[in-house]
This record gives sequence, C-alpha cells and structure tokens, in this order.
Amino acid sequence: MIANMVQALNQALSQEMERDPRVVILGEDIGVDGGVFRVTEGLFQKFGARRVMDTPLAESGLVGAAIGMAAFGLRPIAEIQFMGFIYPAFNQIISHVARLRNRSRGRFTVPLVIRTPYGAGVKALEHHSESTEALFCQIPGLTVVVPSTPYEAKGLLTAAIRSEDPVIFLEPSRLYRAEKQDIPDEPYEVPLRQARIVKEGKDVTMIAWGAMVPVAQKASDMAEKSGISPEILDLRTLSPLDIDAVLKSVKKTGRALIVHEAPKTCGLGAELAALISENALLHLEAPILRIAGQDITVPLPKTEDSYYVGPDRVFKGIRQLMEF
Amino acid sequence: MIEKFDPLKGEMLQILDEEGRVKSNLEPRLAAEDLKKIYSLMVLTRTADQKALKLQRQGRLGTYAPSLGHEACQVGTAFPVQKDDWVFPYFRDLGLYLTLGYPLADYFLYWMGNEAGMRAPEDLNIFPPAIPVASQIPQSVGVGMAADIQKKNIAVVCTFGDGATSEGDFHEGLNLAGVFRTPNVFVCYNNQWAISTPRSRQTAARTIAQKAVAYGFPGIAVDGNDVLAVYAASKEALDRARAGKGPTLIEAVTYRMGHHTTSDDASKYRMDAEVKEWEKKDPLSRFLTYLKNKGFWDEDFEKAVQEKAAEEVEKAVAKAESVPPPSPEDIFSSTYEEMTPQLNKQLEELKGFLKESLR
Repeated sequence: MIANMVQALNQALSQEMERDPRVVILGEDIGVDGGVFRVTEGLFQKFGARRVMDTPLAESGLVGAAIGMAAFGLRPIAEIQFMGFIYPAFNQIISHVARLRNRSRGRFTVPLVIRTPYGAGVKALEHHSESTEALFCQIPGLTVVVPSTPYEAKGLLTAAIRSEDPVIFLEPSRLYRAEKQDIPDEPYEVPLRQARIVKEGKDVTMIAWGAMVPVAQKASDMAEKSGISPEILDLRTLSPLDIDAVLKSVKKTGRALIVHEAPKTCGLGAELAALISENALLHLEAPILRIAGQDITVPLPKTEDSYYVGPDRVFKGIRQLMEF
Repeated sequence: MIEKFDPLKGEMLQILDEEGRVKSNLEPRLAAEDLKKIYSLMVLTRTADQKALKLQRQGRLGTYAPSLGHEACQVGTAFPVQKDDWVFPYFRDLGLYLTLGYPLADYFLYWMGNEAGMRAPEDLNIFPPAIPVASQIPQSVGVGMAADIQKKNIAVVCTFGDGATSEGDFHEGLNLAGVFRTPNVFVCYNNQWAISTPRSRQTAARTIAQKAVAYGFPGIAVDGNDVLAVYAASKEALDRARAGKGPTLIEAVTYRMGHHTTSDDASKYRMDAEVKEWEKKDPLSRFLTYLKNKGFWDEDFEKAVQEKAAEEVEKAVAKAESVPPPSPEDIFSSTYEEMTPQLNKQLEELKGFLKESLR
C-alpha cells in the first residue's frame, strides 16, 4: 500500500492489535478523535473503548498505569501528545519503566511502548518542537527508537510492540506526511538495535536519525555533485547503539559527520564522537564533526529556520571534513 | 459500612477503643484462629522490625525505615487480601509483606543491599517497595485497568503515607481510578509525619479520606492502631473492588513511633510529649486486651507467639546473611531481556578489573 508515515504507523498499531489481544492503547485524544496527528485514527471504532483508552490529561498517571498494565501481562502502547509534554512522566519512565526488570530481578517486566512525536520544522507552538532524545539514551533499560521513513516506521513500531523491553518510540513530526512509500500490506518487523546503511559511500560517514536522515540525503546529493561520496547511516535505535555499524563505516571512510537537531552539548553526537575516538582513532583522516542544533531553546516559528539543521549546513560540514 | 462514615464530617471507624474494649457493633466476624493469626503476625512484625534496627546499628543491614506503630495498619490491610490480588507497597510495609507470606529472609536481604530480595515469589503479585513517593499509585491503577480489560475478578491494594497525598501521582492515580472505576483499594497510613514535615503541612483538608469525595468514590477514615477497624475497612473495600463497585480510599490514622529511617533523628523536629501520647494507643497491647477479654489469650499463648516470632526472625537473618553477594553478572543481566554487546563488554571489563584487584 502507498502510505505516509502516519498511515504506516496506524497500520502497525492496527495489525498488532489484531494479532495480539494483549495490545492496548492509551493516551490523550487518541480514541474518538484518533490522535492529534491522526496516528490512531479508526482504532477506537475498530477495537472499542476497552482497548483504545482516552485518559485524563495526566502524563505521569497514564505512563504509570501503562507500567501496571505491562506488569500484569498486557502490551500497552502509551501516546504522549508531544515530546514537550513527556516530562511530567519522567519519574515513571526513569524510576520504574527502565528499572522494574532489574529491581524485581526479572519477576516483573515492562513490555510497553511510549510513542511521542518530536522535533522542529512544523511551525508549531512553544513546547511542540523539542528533540530531547539524549535524555532517554542516558537511562539503562530503555530502548530508544526513531524511524525515518514510512517503511521503517511500520516495521520498527511492530518490532517495538513485540519487544520484551520498554521502548521509547520517537516519531519525527516533520516526516509524518513528508513522504509516501509503497510498503508491504502484511505485518513485518524492522529489527531493533540495528543501524541501516541508507546509502553506501567511501569518503565520509554521515550518522543521522529521524528527520535528519532526509536532510543528510540532500546534503549527500550536493556532495556527490562535487565528486564526494558520502555514506549515510540511519541509527534507527539510538540506545542501545549499534556501535559496530558505526565503527565499521567510519573505519571504511575515515571521516565521521554526526547530524542531529538536538542541542549540540551533551547530545547523542557527543557519545558517538567519544565512541569513535575510543575505538577508531587511528582510522580517522579528520576530526569528528557534529552538525547539530544550537544550545538554545527552540525558537518560535518566525526564527525556527535559523535553528533547524538544513542540507546546506550539513554539506558545509562535509566539505570541511574533506578539506581538512 | 464504608459509606456510613462521612469523612467530610470527620467521622472515623473505631472498633476497639484505646483500652481494647469493643465500642462498635461492627466487630468483624473472625474465627478465633484468624484473630490469633493476626496477633501473631503483628508480633512477628514488631520482632522483625526491632531486629532490623539492631542489625542496622551493627552494620549488618543498610538504612532502614522502621515500622514500629504501623503493625495494625499493615497487617489489617493485608489480612483480607487474596492470592490473585495485586499489591503495591511502599518502603514502610514490613507487616504487609509478612502477612502476604513474603519470605522474611528476602525482605531482610533487600534492606541488606541485595536486589534479589525484591524478587517476589512467583505466586505473589507484590511489587518491590516504592521509594519514589506516590509513584506506585498510578501503577496500581494500571493493574486495575488491565484486570478490567481482561475481565479478571481481582482487587489491587496500594499503600502509602500521608506525605504521598501531596504528590501529583496521588492525584493522577486516584483521578484515573475514579474515571475508570477500577478495582483499587488505596490505603494511606497517615502517620502524621513525612520525615520532619507534619501532616498539617501536607494538606489543609480536615481529613485525607475526604479527598476521595472529589475523585467520585468513597473514602473512609479508620483508627489505624485498631487492627479490627483497618481489617474491616480493607475487607469491605476489597469485596467492593472485586464486585465491580470501583475504588475506595482508606485513611488509617496512626503514628510513626520511630524515626523516619535509621538516618533520621526525630527528636530534632517533634515533641516527646506527642510520642508519649501515642504510646498509649499501641496497636499490639490494645489487640492483646481484646483477645484476653475474648478468652483467646493467656501467658502460654503469648510465650509461644513470642518464641515462634523470635525463632522465625533468627532463621530469616541467618538465611539472608548466608546469601552470597550478587555477582557481576547479577547486576548486569536484568537491565534488558538480553545482554547487549555494550553490556557484555562492560561486564568483561568489570570482571577483569575485579580479578586484577584480587591479586
């Protein structure tokens, strides 16, 4: 079927709910309304109020409830309307979602998915454009997943729902309707914790995820025209990292360019740079470079474009590495 | 019964007065064996609690939150819980764990610093004690919601202190329970102190039980040092839950006789006179008088109960202390379902380092 990312995610949810009666969805405005981005459209009508639950406006409460459901044996999928509203649930996520398996030594587990749209570039209101994935990557026990295409979105969400570990599933709101793709009608999994080579190349490894993958692709097209051959790696799972894929590519190309829209300081790029320098220093032809958001609050729409990482900035980074 | 005590009028269920005399026609119909069992559990709780404090002073157990004075709340709440029910305790709940049949050795093991003590036996649906205050409340509601979805006839008990009622998770959890009419029983041990913060600093409301009114379900205050009152309220709330009648909030009014934890000194912030007043309301001596008046208690019974408790506690300590410390594998292997390559690498590094430092 030809689908954008919203439709692909919707299909994954619907098919997993059909396949497994333990799968339930809860969140704000996800039922009758079908979600503010329409990701859960039609599911309430199809599966009923018992399995598609509109909750009160209470992020900590609904994530906490999802923990109980998961421990009880269900497979809850909790939607947080925007990443900027996930912080009230941090205590539940960090203190319990991530830790329950360990603190009960495996007696209780939390096989849940927390879905939330993230990222800038859709001219949204204050608190609707954050990209704070690194906050979750610091927490042992969580798996942090970001899709970059409709195909990836359906397969990764399916794998996330089937995972025995809790998954923070970050959906780039900028890509929700950016691209349509022909995706398989039947259910399929895209494996968690495995990066994907989007495009092979030999001169520089570009590491990106989510909404930065198409940006990296555009920058790569520009580079190709100047005779540079970039390789693009889509991390897909940000934590635990597929460090082998990163090192393999960087050792091949000798150059690493990390692209993320989150603020540069203590972003995931810092961890990637550290891992590359610890493990592949002698393969490097140039310093590891990060093209990232500035260390400022995401600006409101009038100046959002000066914050957002675009292909020009990334292409400039590629040239910088090649000219070192 | 629960609806008969209006929390907005400050009414409180009390079955035994402070001298242990029956002052209500709501005395639960419990068999002599059950009454004796409740007493034995309260004695065991107190004995184990005192032992834990001693072990802490001797450096054999870590920081500990004593349960002294909470025996009626804990045992009374847990006694009517059934095998399929789920329980979400907090960090001052020794008597609740023991009443549910949790191995005392495991309870000690946890406070000695080993996570293995928090792994509940397979046939007990009891969560590890919640340390982040009130965070267990929405989780317990989630189990209630899940039970409803799967049409399972169970009840869910969640306990917490008076301080927890100020947390957002108390509001979010109880609100959610009211909206979804879940089979939850919330039991607040209102022991008047959250470390150094008195009950009057937690809420301007006259009672904690009355908060249930705003969530659309019943709340009842009970004398938390009267084990029969706690039992009666808990039993009825659990029955209501299993019958699909929705959640209940129970406020068990009691007093924290000990320090918050072994790291706290309560004399810094509260008056001795207040503690002395509450000593008179001791839950154990009150229940003992009741049993005596019923003809269920004599010196021989007391001796047998005390000896059995002491023996059980000593056995549990010996067992807990015989457990070897967790291995490096133990502290890594429950992070994810399977070890990740990074964790494997870090584990090997740790093991190598430990081997080197042994040399």
